Amino acid sequence: MPRGQAIALICAIALLVPAAARAEIAPARVAKLENMVLQDCGSCHGLTMKGGLGRPLTAAALSQAGAEGLAGIILDGIPGTAMPPWRPLLSEEEAIWIAEYLLKDRQR
Amino acid sequence: MKRYLLAATLVALMTGPGFAEGPQDRATGGLGVVIERASGSVLIVDRLARAQLARVEGLGDLSHASINFSPDERYAYVFGRDGGLTKVDLVTRTIAARVMQAGNSIGGAISDDGRLVAVSNYEPGGIRIFDADTLAMVADIPTGSKTIGLVELPGRRFAWALWDKGEAWMADLSGAEPIVTRLGETGANPYDAILTGDGRHFVVGLFGEKGVTLFDMWDKAPAPVRFLSDYGKTGEDLPVYKMPHLQGWGFTEGQFALPAVGRHQVLWVDRNSLQQVAATEVHGQPVFVIAQPGSPYVWVNFATPLNDTVQVIDSRSHAVVQTLTPGAAVLHMEFAPRGSEVWISLRDDNRVAVYDTRSLQPITSLPAESPSGIFFTARAHRTGL
Repeated sequence: MPRGQAIALICAIALLVPAAARAEIAPARVAKLENMVLQDCGSCHGLTMKGGLGRPLTAAALSQAGAEGLAGIILDGIPGTAMPPWRPLLSEEEAIWIAEYLLKDRQR
Repeated sequence: MKRYLLAATLVALMTGPGFAEGPQDRATGGLGVVIERASGSVLIVDRLARAQLARVEGLGDLSHASINFSPDERYAYVFGRDGGLTKVDLVTRTIAARVMQAGNSIGGAISDDGRLVAVSNYEPGGIRIFDADTLAMVADIPTGSKTIGLVELPGRRFAWALWDKGEAWMADLSGAEPIVTRLGETGANPYDAILTGDGRHFVVGLFGEKGVTLFDMWDKAPAPVRFLSDYGKTGEDLPVYKMPHLQGWGFTEGQFALPAVGRHQVLWVDRNSLQQVAATEVHGQPVFVIAQPGSPYVWVNFATPLNDTVQVIDSRSHAVVQTLTPGAAVLHMEFAPRGSEVWISLRDDNRVAVYDTRSLQPITSLPAESPSGIFFTARAHRTGL
């Protein structure tokens, strides 16, 4: 996909996740989400998030991205690539949580 | 002698509590290695004793790790995600050699004579080949693409496919210089490939379009043959939350049993006609479809979030004959070489479950940290693994 189109898609998707979607997530669910990011996202993006079949997801690699745009990609995937839509498994709040988690530099 | 004592002391220190003490004279034919994906370690296990012997640490990012064994079953070559290639000595239970050979890797292979270890790299895209003794690089084959599905062919040859370019290639290292040959086009985004146990068919699964592409490696000039190009044409594809694997892909009753991509199905293809003969509806997106040795059964595990389940299918009737729920996050299954039991890694339960394949009952389980791949040394003597 040309870069321009990709950015347009990301922006379009970003509109679908309102900022109001940020809500508290129960600690037990947070632990599950953390495990999911490490293990399930890690299957394609690497356990250290340095990439694999999927792109790197380190905070540095994502420095140009916003949480809402990332959450949109997590929820709806990127058509024509191996990135699937996670909407059936995640709420919008949880996608935002994951996006913000990835954007934090966790010194991995 | 002094050196031996020092080594023995080190081994004793490394095996630590919880592991059986390390008899250096234990033969390796009953051993195996379990990847602990999150902690960058591997467990050396004794399949026959159903016991763990030692943990070897410091292997890096093992999020997508695989193993090949030396022909004498002494060394395990561990291919890590982060480009690390580690040679683990199963006798001393230590790291014998280790190199960071690339930035990002996906798997490896060992030549039939055991002299060469090849690694499939994403970054930089290509194949690198190493001396199996020293891990010194002997060939570097850049491809300009992520490489997948690396297999060893008889006669010091390797074949692989290119995710970004949709091509299959082969390298022949039997002479003084490597001879690299383009085999042909596979179709879009090949995700994995496998060689049949008779060394004949190099079979490449596609993610970017429907279908599977096969090359007859017994031919002088193997050419691509496409099959299964129209499965699941009606209806929307389901999301694929984990890429299927073709390692250990089942071949049984003259059929290929393979995971449908984006379908909760196992597809059966007649090996001679390459026509689909059946589709089995299963619990989720299949990841591994593995034939139980000495039986008509294949075992299937599934992508998240349906990954607490394993199903057993009879290749004669194509019916699911058993559904098991061994535990949380089933990542891999490894059979005893003659099929009497199967070891199942349960990543989120932090254990490996052992099942009897006749009673289908659990026998025992072994603790392991986020276990993924399980590899028994008998693989050393099999083509196509």
